[in-house]
Amino acid sequence: MPVPLHFQTLAELADRLAKREISSLELTRAVISRTEAVEKSVRAFNSRDAADALAQAEASDARRAAGQSRGPLDGIPVGLKDVIAVKDQPLTASSRMLANFVSPYDGTVTTRLRRAGAVLWGRLNCDEFAMGSSTENSAFHPTSNPWDLTCVPGGSSGGSSAALAAGEAIATLGSDTGGSIRQPAALCGVVGLKPTYGLVSRFGLVAYASSLDQIGPMTRTVEDAAILLGAIAGHDERDSTSLRVEIPDYRAELAGRRGPWRIGIPREYFGAGLDPEVAAAVERAVEYYRGLGCEVRPVSLPHTEHCLDTYYIIATAEASSNLARYDGVRYGHRSTKAKDIVDLYFQSRAEGFGAEVKRRIILGTYVLSSGYYDAFYLRAQKVRTLIRRDFLDAFRGVDVLLTPTSPIPAFKLGEKTDPLAMYLCDIYTIGVNLAGLPAISVPCGFTGTGLPIGFQLIGRPLDESGLLAAAHAYDRVHAWGRKTPSL
Amino acid sequence: MAENPRIDIDHVAKLARLALTPEEKAVFGSQLGGILSRVEALGRVDVSGIEPSAHAAAVNNVWREDVARPGLPVADALRNAPAQRDHMVVVPKVVE
Repeated sequence: MPVPLHFQTLAELADRLAKREISSLELTRAVISRTEAVEKSVRAFNSRDAADALAQAEASDARRAAGQSRGPLDGIPVGLKDVIAVKDQPLTASSRMLANFVSPYDGTVTTRLRRAGAVLWGRLNCDEFAMGSSTENSAFHPTSNPWDLTCVPGGSSGGSSAALAAGEAIATLGSDTGGSIRQPAALCGVVGLKPTYGLVSRFGLVAYASSLDQIGPMTRTVEDAAILLGAIAGHDERDSTSLRVEIPDYRAELAGRRGPWRIGIPREYFGAGLDPEVAAAVERAVEYYRGLGCEVRPVSLPHTEHCLDTYYIIATAEASSNLARYDGVRYGHRSTKAKDIVDLYFQSRAEGFGAEVKRRIILGTYVLSSGYYDAFYLRAQKVRTLIRRDFLDAFRGVDVLLTPTSPIPAFKLGEKTDPLAMYLCDIYTIGVNLAGLPAISVPCGFTGTGLPIGFQLIGRPLDESGLLAAAHAYDRVHAWGRKTPSL
Repeated sequence: MAENPRIDIDHVAKLARLALTPEEKAVFGSQLGGILSRVEALGRVDVSGIEPSAHAAAVNNVWREDVARPGLPVADALRNAPAQRDHMVVVPKVVE
């Protein structure tokens, strides 16, 4: 049976659009009707605007008919996590605080997707303000994992991973502060790339922890991730941390770089808490690389045990500062119960934020407060230097590092109630954000009960080309991300 | 998880401009105690002579030309204001 349009890859669909075998309108209609059919059980979207998507598709077809196609993304429906600004569309960050907010402008990635001709499709659910690992912290509703509707899709970009796995978009964008692209990608059986810090502009991204946040692609194949990254990467004067670097043709580079790669296996990433089925699947991926002639050697990242603590100090400190802007004055939820202006701040924030956001604001405020700053925040920033140094030392002897993405496959909705237990979902992904490195999660099989598993490749700073090529060497043969759930 | 005696949850909530219910204070106080006992492990790391990293890749003093250019139009900027009048945001009385 032929693969339905909504489950084909970006690269295949771009090719078929270019050959005029299909139109963008036909493709967009297929994605919309698929969404109507499965969204009741998946619930990946916070909102969607079918009329707007169809109008974009018609404009794309008109461009193509006039010989003015803008490249491989032109006419492809791409879903955006609901923390990325799309002009005139809702932007909620899955929070009651922004339940009625409408973006007055486009984020830079949005502008670039428009320029590339993509059909912007839907606002995808996530943990509130991107804080969480299961999407259960959404103020609106949980999202289900398309491979098992009783399980979480991961988080915080769980709507982005679930929509993609369910055929409700051809590709999506997520954001990743401690693993929020890679972990849900692993749990839903798709590819997720967190770029080098500064490669993709954060302008128009709802800020969580500014020194860690990066936007990145979620796709069915590594090749698709290369195409989408190429469209969104590059310097932006509206983000002061944006890097001035040349953006190569990532897709073209996939073919040019054939390895073999020297692969480092960090021993600290295979310890207690790693699910045996995940460990076995990752080991099979390592064996595949060995078979390609890659040299596989053990390495050590000695400060790994401190990554989680360092992250929860730095991320919550930055969050407490970033979320201070939500005060009920200029935009967002305003309490009607306030006695005066100061009470307005207290009440609006109490009513607008959910439990996990409050918890992180309190922790972040505490670690920045007078008398504790040096002991917590300053110390965490120093340990961060050591964590980055560990990675750079390891990269003297190897080209990429290979680890599991998540210690466990998708868990049940409602299963994890202790915040610390939830934080442990990110132990293999957090170090990458602290060190500012690029990393990709690649699907590598399923558990006995049919839940997806992913492995993570970590690359040198700004070596997205090498990282994608190494990931593609596995993915083009195995293509686990093309498998589709029965819904 | 033992409650951490050093956390004055009322003080921290006040700094954060966040009204908490008695239940939230009890739960957050206990959970934060647990998290803080964990992160105290960072105190064992030898950081002598180590520079702090604010970002993974240090980018300092990014300037642009000091030239006026159009910004967000007032109507767009006020689009999400909970209350507005004459191109201004309306708030409760600030000064008695």
